[in-house]
Amino acid sequence: MDNAGFIFASYIITFGSVGAYALGVIRRSRKSSRDVPRDQRPWL
Amino acid sequence: MNTTDTTTAPNSSARDRVTGTAFTRGLGVVILAGMILLVILGLFVSPPDANQGESVRIMYAHVPGAWLAYLAFVVTGISSAAYLWKRTRSLTWDRIAGASAEVGVLFMGISLVTGSLWGRITWGTYWTWDARLTTTAFLFVTYIGYLAVRGLGGTHQQRARRSAVLALLAVLEIPLVHFSVELWNTLHQEASIAGRGTDVEMDGLMLFTLFLGVVVFTLMYVWLVLHRQRSLALDDMLDDSGLDNALTARRAEAQGVAR
Repeated sequence: MDNAGFIFASYIITFGSVGAYALGVIRRSRKSSRDVPRDQRPWL
Repeated sequence: MNTTDTTTAPNSSARDRVTGTAFTRGLGVVILAGMILLVILGLFVSPPDANQGESVRIMYAHVPGAWLAYLAFVVTGISSAAYLWKRTRSLTWDRIAGASAEVGVLFMGISLVTGSLWGRITWGTYWTWDARLTTTAFLFVTYIGYLAVRGLGGTHQQRARRSAVLALLAVLEIPLVHFSVELWNTLHQEASIAGRGTDVEMDGLMLFTLFLGVVVFTLMYVWLVLHRQRSLALDDMLDDSGLDNALTARRAEAQGVAR
């Protein structure tokens, strides 16, 4: 495959950044959830 | 005797400590399966383009990224309008707007970087001050500014009001970005599929891969906004109830017990 480095890099950056962001959101949520009662979270 | 306050105690179940639900967990599984299929089709199965060659594979990430950024910013605008309209005023709209803008900035960043890599292969340069690229970069910076404005101090209502006004102004940039390829002579190609008067013949598998990319990215957007919006709601709840102070007091108490 020509220019494989650029092509693979674009996929790694795309899915890597989305994955990192998702993990960050979950980690932050877990931290905050610890101090909010379950009954105050309408999605549960 | 140690007692536990059941209203603010840490939750025992790990599932209770997250912003997920059965729906988002199911959606996550679908997204992961879609991502794997997209990578296989985009990198290995779909054919190279007659003109672009192998670099067309970058389009399966670049185009959905740009589409999702547009969608995210439009949702931010609509949610902001809903907040400003008295009959629908709710901080939930503000949090949806903030979450959507954040995810939109992420996807716009992805679109800019992947576009830059594609440009290096096709044009021989990572960046050129082309109308589409410049207006896109301007849109990206505008929404970074929007997120910065959200982070300024004040009450939740003050935050919601000022950021909603800014979002309604920022969303006006989207038509400028989208039609920049028609308004000016640009290196960036016009819309290949849904453009005016376009008659592009595209291989069925290439079209399917691109469509799959749009679907997978859209599902990712929904998943991310749901979680981020709930995360913002948790932050607001902590602010409102003054639980931060309680947490500090509890930590001090725990340290005292540990000693």
